[in-house]
Amino acid sequence: MFDAPADRKTLVEVRDLKMHFPIYAGLLRRHVGDVKAVDGVSFDIFDGETLGLVGESGCGKSTCGRAVLRLYDITAGTIRIEGEDISTMGQETLRKKRPTMQMVFQDPQASLNPRMTLAGIIGEPLDEHTGLKGSARRDRIYELMDAVGLNRDFANRYPHEFSGGQRQRIGIARALALHPKFIVCDEPIAALDVSIQAQVVNLLEDLQDKFGLTYLFISHDLSMVRHIADRVAVMYLGKVVEVAAREGLYADPKHPYTQALLSAVPEPDPVLHDTAERVILTGDVPSPSNPPQGCNFCTRCPQVFDICRLKDPQSREIEPGRHVACHLHNEPQAAGETAA
Amino acid sequence: MPDGALPVLDVKDLKTVFRTRQGEVHAVNSVSFDLKPGELLGVVGESGSGKSVTMMSLIGLLPSPPAEVQNGQVLFGGQDILKADDQTLRAIRGARIGFVFQDPMTSLNPVFTVGFQLMEPLRKHMGMNKRNARKRAQELLELVGIPDAGQRLRDYPHQFSGGMRQRVMIAIALACDPQVLIADEPTTALDVTIQAQILELVKDLRRKLGMAIVWITHDLGVIAGIADRVIVMYGGQIVEHAPVRELFANPQHPYTRALLETIPKVHGERDERLRVIQGQPPMLGAEPAACPFRARCTHRLGRCDRENPVRVPVGPDHDAACFWDAGTGGARDV
Repeated sequence: MFDAPADRKTLVEVRDLKMHFPIYAGLLRRHVGDVKAVDGVSFDIFDGETLGLVGESGCGKSTCGRAVLRLYDITAGTIRIEGEDISTMGQETLRKKRPTMQMVFQDPQASLNPRMTLAGIIGEPLDEHTGLKGSARRDRIYELMDAVGLNRDFANRYPHEFSGGQRQRIGIARALALHPKFIVCDEPIAALDVSIQAQVVNLLEDLQDKFGLTYLFISHDLSMVRHIADRVAVMYLGKVVEVAAREGLYADPKHPYTQALLSAVPEPDPVLHDTAERVILTGDVPSPSNPPQGCNFCTRCPQVFDICRLKDPQSREIEPGRHVACHLHNEPQAAGETAA
Repeated sequence: MPDGALPVLDVKDLKTVFRTRQGEVHAVNSVSFDLKPGELLGVVGESGSGKSVTMMSLIGLLPSPPAEVQNGQVLFGGQDILKADDQTLRAIRGARIGFVFQDPMTSLNPVFTVGFQLMEPLRKHMGMNKRNARKRAQELLELVGIPDAGQRLRDYPHQFSGGMRQRVMIAIALACDPQVLIADEPTTALDVTIQAQILELVKDLRRKLGMAIVWITHDLGVIAGIADRVIVMYGGQIVEHAPVRELFANPQHPYTRALLETIPKVHGERDERLRVIQGQPPMLGAEPAACPFRARCTHRLGRCDRENPVRVPVGPDHDAACFWDAGTGGARDV
């Protein structure tokens, strides 16, 4: 499954990743259940591409991004980066691997230390992982500031002196410091104004071309993901329901959740609003500590039928490079079984 | 909404300044607009453009100091409510003008039941007794589509999901049958599928109740779906105003035009590269003596540095504050 096109090699391979957070309750703090934030997720990211990971809040997309970088001790599954299994790697070995895999966080205010200068923030990974000292270190910091479009004169300023968009540039420069191959961008533009979002997205695209980066781009903004991603994975309640190339997913979504999600995006075009047919989902997302029996989406799915409430659908490749986890797209014989 | 109908809300030359220790902030400058009965007026702008402060100042919700409404007139029901005393304002706020704010969790009181908070305006403003208020509260929850309304009156805000809480907020705002509803980014904190539910609800409520709505948002997609008329704000001023279809089909101000080009779309053509508005929004430290958008504008003229353009008509019911003429591509003859 997930065969790479002949000319592309797989950089990140995630198989059946699970990240459960235990719930303790009562006087004795007994283990009473788990929040199944990520519950059996598999996908590949090819070298040099951007995989968009979309979903609504609470679907586990951020947890998934953090788990892929082993910022958590994962519950189950395997993660391979450049063919190396990091899912059970010890912290010390993992630390040596960190330079290849970096992260850009959502909130540039919270992810930058207010007591460190810009040069201190960008220079910290250099101190931790390289032997760069003195002028070599300073030159590398300047080089990184140039790369993300920050004025060199700002090197000794503090984060609060910058606007949101500039702070996000600092976060990106820090992530680039150690020549990473793979960067997880967790909602990097969600906190920014519309006119600033485009600046940061264009910067991320330029840097990808220049340094050959591979991104996992996590976002709830479907129109921005359509712009930046080559392939898109859609998550719902801890599971990936559909993975497809960008054009296919947006032109012809297969999973009922993807269809509803795309149709819910308000388009900046009043004429389209009057003509478009909308799928309005009823109800709310169930709790990940107590997901429904069968398919996770069965409580809100407009096309639900009997088997959905009994059996969790497995992800299947319905066309090359396109994976859907839905009983509507099961093999004919499986559909026959349900009729019997 | 018939044309020429007397506006329910008429705002003229509103000016609000914040005096802080770091100096003055001229958040709202000479803002004028009206709201016709039954219409939905969209107010678009980025953070800091003055859209929320405008609405807060016209009903006296800003703490003073630091805020000071220095100039302007707000006619509501023939009365200038900027000059009204606290008692009159209290009788208007929450009764004849309702509000829905962005974050339903922080605007509901966590220690009172939803029923209590729904009944409060009914008892205070309408003088209902407990029994009638409870009955009306239940009707209101049913109106905004909350299942099992009678039971849920006894629940606390944390027992509701984000979308349900926003429905409760809308029910509270509608409790006293207001003529005007001011909604400040009411769907920004919600997920898209929940946002779609709330937008449907608002469309439905408009058909049933017919109040006028001011809808503040930064999301042009939302505006395209629900507004009748739109005002675009930038740097504390209204830079463009037009009916919704006209604005999207025929934007005149360079800011509106650039904004429409920067947002990627889910359907239709995909741009290889996003258009960017260079630079940052302006600091509003002084009264603007020139166009606030000039530093980021791609059509900047010599005059833009010397004067702040006023709004001039550019089409039917359409005006823009700009010296550049999108039609000719040159300077406007004003």
